[in-house]
Amino acid sequence: MNILAILLILPLLGFVAALVLPASVTKRFVLWFSLLIFGVSLLLIGTVQMRPAAMSWVTDTAWIDTPAIRFHIGLDATSLWLVILTTFLIPVAAYISQRTILHRPKEFFAYLLLLEFGLIGVFSSLDLFLYYVFWEVVLVPMYFLIGVWGGPNRIYAATKFFVYTMAGSMLMLVAILFIYTKAGTFDLPAILLQMEMGKIGFSQSEELALFLAFFLAFAVKVPIFPLHTWLPDAYAEAPTGATLLMAAVLSKMGTYSLLRFNLNLFPRASHDCAPWIVTLAIIGIVYGALIALVQPNMKRLVAYSSISHLGFVVLGIFSGNQFGLDGAVYQMLCHAISTGALFILIGYLEERNKSLEIVDFGGIATPAPNFAAVFLVATLASIGLPLLNNFVGEFLILQGAAQANIWWAAFAALGVVLSACYMLWFYQRTFFGEAKVQMADLAPREWITITPLLVLMLWMGIFTQTWLPGISASNKVLLDRTMSKTVAMEVTK
Amino acid sequence: MNPAAFYPTSTDVLRFLPELILTIGGVVLLVLEALTGDHKDKSSLGYVSIGVVLAAMFAVPVALANPGVSFNGMIISDGFAAFFRMVTLLVGLFTLLCSTSYLSREKSNSGEFYLLVLFSLAGQGIMASSNELIMVFLGLEIASISSYVLAGFLREDKRGTEAALKYFLLGSFATAFFLYGISWIYGVTGATNLSAIRDALAKGTEAPSMVVAAAALMLVGLAFKVSAAPFQVWAPDVYQGAPAPISGFLSAGPKAAAFAIFIRIFQTSFDSLSSRYEPILWVLALATMFVGNFSALWQSNVKRMLGYSSIAHAGYVLVAVTTHSNVGTAGAMFYLASYALMNYGAFAAITHIAGRGEKHVSIDDLKGLASKQPVLAALLTVCLLSLTGVPLTVGFFGKFYIFKAAIDHHLYWLSALGLLNSAVAAYYYLRVISAMYMYEPKTTEHPEPVPAGIQLTMWCSAAGILTLGVFPGLVLDYANRFATFVK
Repeated sequence: MNILAILLILPLLGFVAALVLPASVTKRFVLWFSLLIFGVSLLLIGTVQMRPAAMSWVTDTAWIDTPAIRFHIGLDATSLWLVILTTFLIPVAAYISQRTILHRPKEFFAYLLLLEFGLIGVFSSLDLFLYYVFWEVVLVPMYFLIGVWGGPNRIYAATKFFVYTMAGSMLMLVAILFIYTKAGTFDLPAILLQMEMGKIGFSQSEELALFLAFFLAFAVKVPIFPLHTWLPDAYAEAPTGATLLMAAVLSKMGTYSLLRFNLNLFPRASHDCAPWIVTLAIIGIVYGALIALVQPNMKRLVAYSSISHLGFVVLGIFSGNQFGLDGAVYQMLCHAISTGALFILIGYLEERNKSLEIVDFGGIATPAPNFAAVFLVATLASIGLPLLNNFVGEFLILQGAAQANIWWAAFAALGVVLSACYMLWFYQRTFFGEAKVQMADLAPREWITITPLLVLMLWMGIFTQTWLPGISASNKVLLDRTMSKTVAMEVTK
Repeated sequence: MNPAAFYPTSTDVLRFLPELILTIGGVVLLVLEALTGDHKDKSSLGYVSIGVVLAAMFAVPVALANPGVSFNGMIISDGFAAFFRMVTLLVGLFTLLCSTSYLSREKSNSGEFYLLVLFSLAGQGIMASSNELIMVFLGLEIASISSYVLAGFLREDKRGTEAALKYFLLGSFATAFFLYGISWIYGVTGATNLSAIRDALAKGTEAPSMVVAAAALMLVGLAFKVSAAPFQVWAPDVYQGAPAPISGFLSAGPKAAAFAIFIRIFQTSFDSLSSRYEPILWVLALATMFVGNFSALWQSNVKRMLGYSSIAHAGYVLVAVTTHSNVGTAGAMFYLASYALMNYGAFAAITHIAGRGEKHVSIDDLKGLASKQPVLAALLTVCLLSLTGVPLTVGFFGKFYIFKAAIDHHLYWLSALGLLNSAVAAYYYLRVISAMYMYEPKTTEHPEPVPAGIQLTMWCSAAGILTLGVFPGLVLDYANRFATFVK
């Protein structure tokens, strides 16, 4: 049987099992089960890497007859790495939550698996309807993870998160239905094929409206300025495990979907809207960085820095060339690892000192030197120091942006400078100076969690060949298709 | 005409079997009630009534197997009728399952309650299967009058009495509108049979404005019955004041039946006017969604909130009706069936949580339910997520089919605004969910065990919601097939 289909079903089975099993074993069960899922997901790599641009592990069967909805899933290199990112971070989230989640643990760990089910589905669906289903399914476990186990303002944050995302996706549903009336199918490859053969086409205003409907849903999720207001609340209030997943994986749902759907389905509108979107992305980069500079709360600081980093990804996507797209996909993975690591480490600080305010910390480097060293690596990775992962992504994105328009790159580079300011200043205030608190150094279980992330930071910073060729190949297919489209348009004009 | 033609044949009876069973069952209950004496436990009568409803459900396929008109064209047995008979009977079954324990708790267990439910169901069945306006009116009255009594069944309860009175006054007002419309249309066309009216209108009439006026009067009457804005004001008061199982019954059953005749009349008799009433329905649908959703946002009483939400859901169904197409009709049918499941599931939970005298019906009373009664909370959550329209629940597919039909008919703005409305709706359903899961319980009292009937109802509705949420075809295929009734 198809490994991808099994991989998709496993978390759902695990979710049901976690609900049925006695509460005392759920924690352990979910941890081991999610590790098993991670193991299974690694089996996917070989086949995809051989033909990175084509869809591998495809399952395509009828699900619902009227209207024709297909259960169509498959992976190319881009979606492969996002799926593996998901399966990798779920056990990490489960592991760091083992000791911190004491209130109703059974449900918490069960929701992690439900979330994994939705995420894998989002990254592997090739049918618009199926994709939409998974997109919404992700909301439910995340709503509970924030709302039940979050901080003092959790209910506000959870509701805001849910309603914002749902409102965004409703217009997308209208757009999906409209495409169906034109194409007679929800199947993405079939729609693209029909578009290539010229069987269906959208008028300019239709394409623009559809583009905006999809864009709005994804822009909320990423989030793109000015739709970002739910993010600081949600990131700051959620428990560490959930924040990690939101920052590392859920935000990638938005950027991945921009790449997969907006660019593919609406090449002309993407081309026309790019300057506006890039402007918003650059505002996001600078705005996020400036707010991060003045944040007194550590979690919020990293949350705002995320807005800044995700602005880079959007910039890369809409710069519309090979460098930009490669950088965007690479930066999605890098941001997940480095920001994920930062949130985990902040979680450890919170566990030790029961506070997230920077003023409550200081001089940690003296009692906890290893902690300080590890944190420094994560900080430098986030800033984009060469040899560490973010450097590669940001470099490619800036190169792509410069190729499209040198001013875009010039303004975006401001974000790199600012990120050094806020991260280093944050590091200095927390780890140097007079020791305000006594603090234990990294415990073995903490080393276990953080080591793989550190290894990945280095690996992704140095051996980019593991990832980039496949990603490039799959982006090239996309570019070839959309370029021919936009060029054809220019000619007919 | 030969008088023998007026005697019903056996096929006539078979086509009318479900209603016949309900009526005879109701009469038998009346006798049994008299025989059991005063102080006996009357819940056994509840079990008898459940048996009657089950028998009627089995009679629905029998009626469907004998399609055609009976009693000289008064009643029509077709797939459309069978679908709505099934939906209303399902709601009735849920109501009876939840009522026995409820009535014992409120110490008002008596046989009349059950037979009123049965008679109301018979009326709804007649509405679903009537082929001419006088029958529609009879069905409407049978269903409504039983419902008025049921709404005020707890005589001691002031709220309930108020609800019944409001329901009765406004309901009769609406019926009067409807009846007035019938008399006008009879005056113009000389017919009360739905297809005869259509044929007469197709030939052209001398007084087209009279026809429009008649259609408008009937539209007002029906809009009252389905609680469409601006004729919705009675609904929240009634759903809040009536006994909880009856609120669930009223918001799902009679509404489905009213939609059935709504669709039948407007797609059969007034088919030629469709381009004229489409803009009116458009406005009606949008107003209903807005009023329902935005009023529900501020409610702290769960029953009242569900009352407003039921208005909003009527708005979604009206979107489907606006399309005036088979796809839209199928969408409306599917939605009403799914609404019956999810809405009754929610009301069943409220029936239990409310406690004696229905004292605990505010959102605050639900706080911490998840830690006290996790299973009940989980089942209620499934219902609420389905009402919100989250995928993998039937509520999502219901909305999906309705708005797909709307987009097929180029109603883009209505679809976009309607779907954005459902994001607003997410807020108030989430309030209930967050109360259950994200707060600590207010009291440490040990919760009362959930009665078996309510448990059964909730498990059935949750199972239905999730099964149809993955395989909607199980019901949708029927809806698609039966939406093409003879027009």
